Amino acid sequence: MKSCSFQYHQPKTVQQAVEILADVCVDEGRILAGGQTLIPAMAMRLARPTHLVDINRISELALLAVASDHLSIGACVRHAAFHEPVVDGPLGRLLSVVVRHIAHLPIRMRGTFCGSLANADAASEWCLVAATLNATINLRSIRGERSLPVNEFFLGFMSTALEPDELLVATHLPLLPEGTHFGFEEYSRRSGDFAQAMSLVSFELRNGLMLKVRIGVGAVEGAARRLPQAEAVLESQIPSLECFARAAEAAAQTVEPSEPSDEEQQYKRELVRTVVLRALQKAVKTA
Amino acid sequence: MNMRESQNMTHTVAVARSEGPSKASVIGRSVTRLEDGPLVRGDGSFAADINFAYQIHMRVVRSQIAHGRIIKIDIDEALAQPGVIAVWTHADVAEVPPIPFRATTLKGLEPYCQHILARDRVRYVGEPIAVIFATDPYLAEDASDLVWPEIEPLPVLLDAFEEPGEFAPGLSTEPAVIRKGYGDVDAAFAGAHAIVELDLAIGRHSGVPLECRGAVARYDAGRDVLEMHGAAKKSHWNRDEMAKMLGRSPSGFHLYEGHVGGGFGVRGELYPEDVLVCLAALRLRRPIKWIEDRREHLIATNHSRQQRHLIKAAIDAEGHLLAIHDEFFHDQGAYVRTHGPRVADMAAGLLLGPYRVPAYRALGHYRLTNKTGCGTYRSPGRYETTFVRERLMDAIAKRIGVDPVTLRRRNLIKSSEMPYARPLDALGVDVILDSGDYAGLLDKTLMRVNWDQLNTNLAARRAEGELVGVGLAMFVEKSGLGPSDGVRLTVDVTGSIQLVTGAASVGQGMETVLAQICAEELGVKYSVIRVLHGRTDLIEFGNGAHASRVTVMSGSATQIAAQKIRRKALEAGAIILKIPVDELELVEGHVRQLSHPQGPSVSLGDIAKDLHPSSRTLAGREPGLSAEGWFFSEHMNYPYGIHVAQVNIDKGTGEVKVERYLVAYDVGLAVNPMLIKGQLVGGLAQGLGGALYEEFTYDQEGQPLSTTLADYLMVTAQEMPQVDVMITEDAPSPLNPLGMKGAGEGGTNGVGAAVAAAVDNALNAPGFVTRLPIKPMTIHRHLRETKYKVVPHA
Amino acid sequence: MNQRDIVLKINGAEHPIQVQPRRTLVDAIRDDCGLTGTHIGCEHGACGACTVLVDGVPVRSCLMFAVQAEGCEIRTVEGLACAGQLNPLQQSFIEHHALQCGFCTPGFLMLATGLLEQNRAISDEELLDALSSNLCRCTGYQNILDAVKAVRNALAADQTA
Repeated sequence: MKSCSFQYHQPKTVQQAVEILADVCVDEGRILAGGQTLIPAMAMRLARPTHLVDINRISELALLAVASDHLSIGACVRHAAFHEPVVDGPLGRLLSVVVRHIAHLPIRMRGTFCGSLANADAASEWCLVAATLNATINLRSIRGERSLPVNEFFLGFMSTALEPDELLVATHLPLLPEGTHFGFEEYSRRSGDFAQAMSLVSFELRNGLMLKVRIGVGAVEGAARRLPQAEAVLESQIPSLECFARAAEAAAQTVEPSEPSDEEQQYKRELVRTVVLRALQKAVKTA
Repeated sequence: MNMRESQNMTHTVAVARSEGPSKASVIGRSVTRLEDGPLVRGDGSFAADINFAYQIHMRVVRSQIAHGRIIKIDIDEALAQPGVIAVWTHADVAEVPPIPFRATTLKGLEPYCQHILARDRVRYVGEPIAVIFATDPYLAEDASDLVWPEIEPLPVLLDAFEEPGEFAPGLSTEPAVIRKGYGDVDAAFAGAHAIVELDLAIGRHSGVPLECRGAVARYDAGRDVLEMHGAAKKSHWNRDEMAKMLGRSPSGFHLYEGHVGGGFGVRGELYPEDVLVCLAALRLRRPIKWIEDRREHLIATNHSRQQRHLIKAAIDAEGHLLAIHDEFFHDQGAYVRTHGPRVADMAAGLLLGPYRVPAYRALGHYRLTNKTGCGTYRSPGRYETTFVRERLMDAIAKRIGVDPVTLRRRNLIKSSEMPYARPLDALGVDVILDSGDYAGLLDKTLMRVNWDQLNTNLAARRAEGELVGVGLAMFVEKSGLGPSDGVRLTVDVTGSIQLVTGAASVGQGMETVLAQICAEELGVKYSVIRVLHGRTDLIEFGNGAHASRVTVMSGSATQIAAQKIRRKALEAGAIILKIPVDELELVEGHVRQLSHPQGPSVSLGDIAKDLHPSSRTLAGREPGLSAEGWFFSEHMNYPYGIHVAQVNIDKGTGEVKVERYLVAYDVGLAVNPMLIKGQLVGGLAQGLGGALYEEFTYDQEGQPLSTTLADYLMVTAQEMPQVDVMITEDAPSPLNPLGMKGAGEGGTNGVGAAVAAAVDNALNAPGFVTRLPIKPMTIHRHLRETKYKVVPHA
Repeated sequence: MNQRDIVLKINGAEHPIQVQPRRTLVDAIRDDCGLTGTHIGCEHGACGACTVLVDGVPVRSCLMFAVQAEGCEIRTVEGLACAGQLNPLQQSFIEHHALQCGFCTPGFLMLATGLLEQNRAISDEELLDALSSNLCRCTGYQNILDAVKAVRNALAADQTA
């Protein structure tokens, strides 16, 4: 299981990277960041890039910075960076909870947050986070920079708005207000396996009512997304097991899993119900 | 003198168990392994670690179609690639006969064997159709992408339960039907109080060792010797058969076993790739290195386990078995491979386990399908049939309204009935249970898990809403497959000891066990013993490592050889010390006088010097302090065990978590308890895989879907339950001097059955599990249908 | 043919080699640098047999290209023993019968080394989670966990001593 041949490029700056990418992308040139997904795909010869642009030596891409209202995650920030909260407040804790579910420790040492987004696997935890928290994705090419809200970035099963000559340079995650509750639940056969279903939820609690409810579900459809119908069940409600169950039911009914058989379809819906309910239950406990 | 005599066996073994040193025994001690030093340093010599100057690399091109007629295979583009030295298809190797199988009484299987490169048809995805030789494995793989086969698809047969199809014109895909039985089954059913019928299936899965297969062949033209490195398991048989296939004399062809990354039955059988590397070494006159990758491994190395059983039992009002009738469908994959019909044969012969069954009929349909070929995998034929038989016992218990333990007790063969001959054979050997106290082990097991209290606790947890349950399975294993093993023992002038055995290592610690047995006889430290194995050039005969045979067979041979050396040493010592031989003892590597332990002594090394061919004191005696020991056995012996599984089912997902597990197992005599425990726990992990996680699945076109370790799920540390291992020595085997029985498969055998019973118990749905692996989706559907609600956690 | 000259620093020693960019780090370690203690179990990052330490951190060397590892400090199983003496972790594996065939062992040793060097007070739960990164087909894992815990406990005892 050896990769096909490729030309290897090691730019030192983002500008160099996008210039090379502009040249080689017509010829199936790809970005190499963590490589934890790309390299196995190359080993299986499912991916056969003729050029790899290794961005790991570009120091500005390794930046992880807190701005006034968002966390800026550079393209080379590894999953492992999030093991400990990278910012005070709910967002930092949320990321440190979610990261534990990503593959295994050695993979997390190399794989990158932004790489997950660029790859857009339906079972990617970071994609679920980005979709649920309304991330902004920053792209750059020789033609310039642009910023996309997450719902314009993810287009479907493993497909994004990334042009072949574009580099995803950073993701911005809005900081969550102090006191935001969040919960994350993932079901996989073994820990570290691809999720069978997962849910990330968050809400603020004011005067005992849930506000700004977010319910995201991943690994069930082509791409992770928020489920407004389920969110609507909880908006401005008092948290209770009963309304959580209704929201979970709404989520289960809303999703459109693409499974080969009716039975598997039904099972996926049940898993959605389970993970949404459990995520909500967890959220009620955090503060 | 202690004597151990077998009872009424065809081949009587009466060997004196020596007095031995009165010091602390090394047999029975959990000493650390001789094997470990190099392995923890990274100094192992696995197949991929072996390199020869000027070697070239072989890459197999494999069929991507499950069944088809080969029109042609275009190799021109591949041949033109940089670094490519040769490309072969069947035409280039047409004179090599198909891969044979080991002796079986069944006739007519020969046409179903596999050619080393597909001839006119391909019959499974993964079948070798061409082979590339290149200077570099990367280039070889590049070139293999450029081989263009033209194959006309044929209908695909994927289910052994369906009517057989065509293997080739005039040959159906059912090469044989295995029939075994005794007694008047029909009368028993006619007069039964009740009949219990089940339809059960075990999913396809296999050993999947962590090291993929590999072989490195080299032809030494100077000595006219062909070598294959990376051998395992059955080196002598493999060498002999390959020698025939290649038209060479066995004496000019040797197999070398280095370190082996797990066998489990699947490594070390004769595969097309082994023959191809050897043939290429001869023809291309360069060393040939072939290392399988994981994707290849999952589609080309033997699969196993897939069987469907339609079983029924006739019972009386108390649940005693009157007769069992089992019709089963064994999915052999595309070809008859080196085991022939053995797995199906063992299934038919060993299904009855520890129970008394007055009449029995087994009808085993041995069928081919367009999937990877199959062979043995740890506890072959037994993992499957223990699942089937124990499900049957549970169903009978339910039918009669008795608890599953009581029902089993009623049917157990008693220890007073041993040796117990079943009018059956398995692997060509009569099934004679040599010794066993099944009821005794059941008592110990129930006490160990505190069975009644355990059930009470679980009921309390169920009342609180948890889906928890416990299940138990009883089984009889088999070990010590003969027919023979020989060992050559030599003491050198430094007192170091070399033991050469025709057995093999697959990582189980056999070197240490043999060294312990040898050390016991010779009163030396076990660490001065060097064990050489898997080398056809060092010892002419051998039967390898499989069927949990090494401790029993080679261990017994070792004891015999060591006793001979002991005698020689004492006799030589008598002459040197001028003390009568019966006043001497051998302790800590020295011969000395019993009554004067501090007095004069002579070391084994000095005795070796004394017996050296050029020694002036040889005086016509046979030179060398060395001996051969042979142990023969016409019968296998039968260790036995009980598994208890405790599970917790997640209501929201259907996922089964095994919380606790007990393996209770009787080994007759435990040479090294730590190693036995290691085998049992390791075996359990694999058994759990087969019960809950592992399966080779295919789509409708016969495309394999489990082609990476992300699809084929094996147990990690997280999935392992808390394990308790109880090793007993209640029923030593009368068939070998030390009374040993093998432990290699006892951790795996009962897992499917025990976990299934536990799941039924947790769901309060007796008979729910009819198929392995148990899938969360299936459980969850059951929960929905029986209207369990997802009770939120408090 | 698209070869690059690189230098890999492994266990403190420099290995100048010539490789294609597509050559994986594990292949370079094994076949270009001759250190075959690191094993290949799957080549797609699922089994961990190829685990080495790169700049102190456990990584799967089948999921890196050799050219990416230039300038890094690579440590493999061959670097564990000191002056021929097995280190405590290696000793512990032997004492606890934490290996049978030994094929997964170097990967586990390097993973455990990385874990304990990062946090010698790692909890049982974190240890279980981290060690379930790697596959073993022989032992059933119990003994591996015990072996690593024993070393962790000894390190903790050292701390408090």
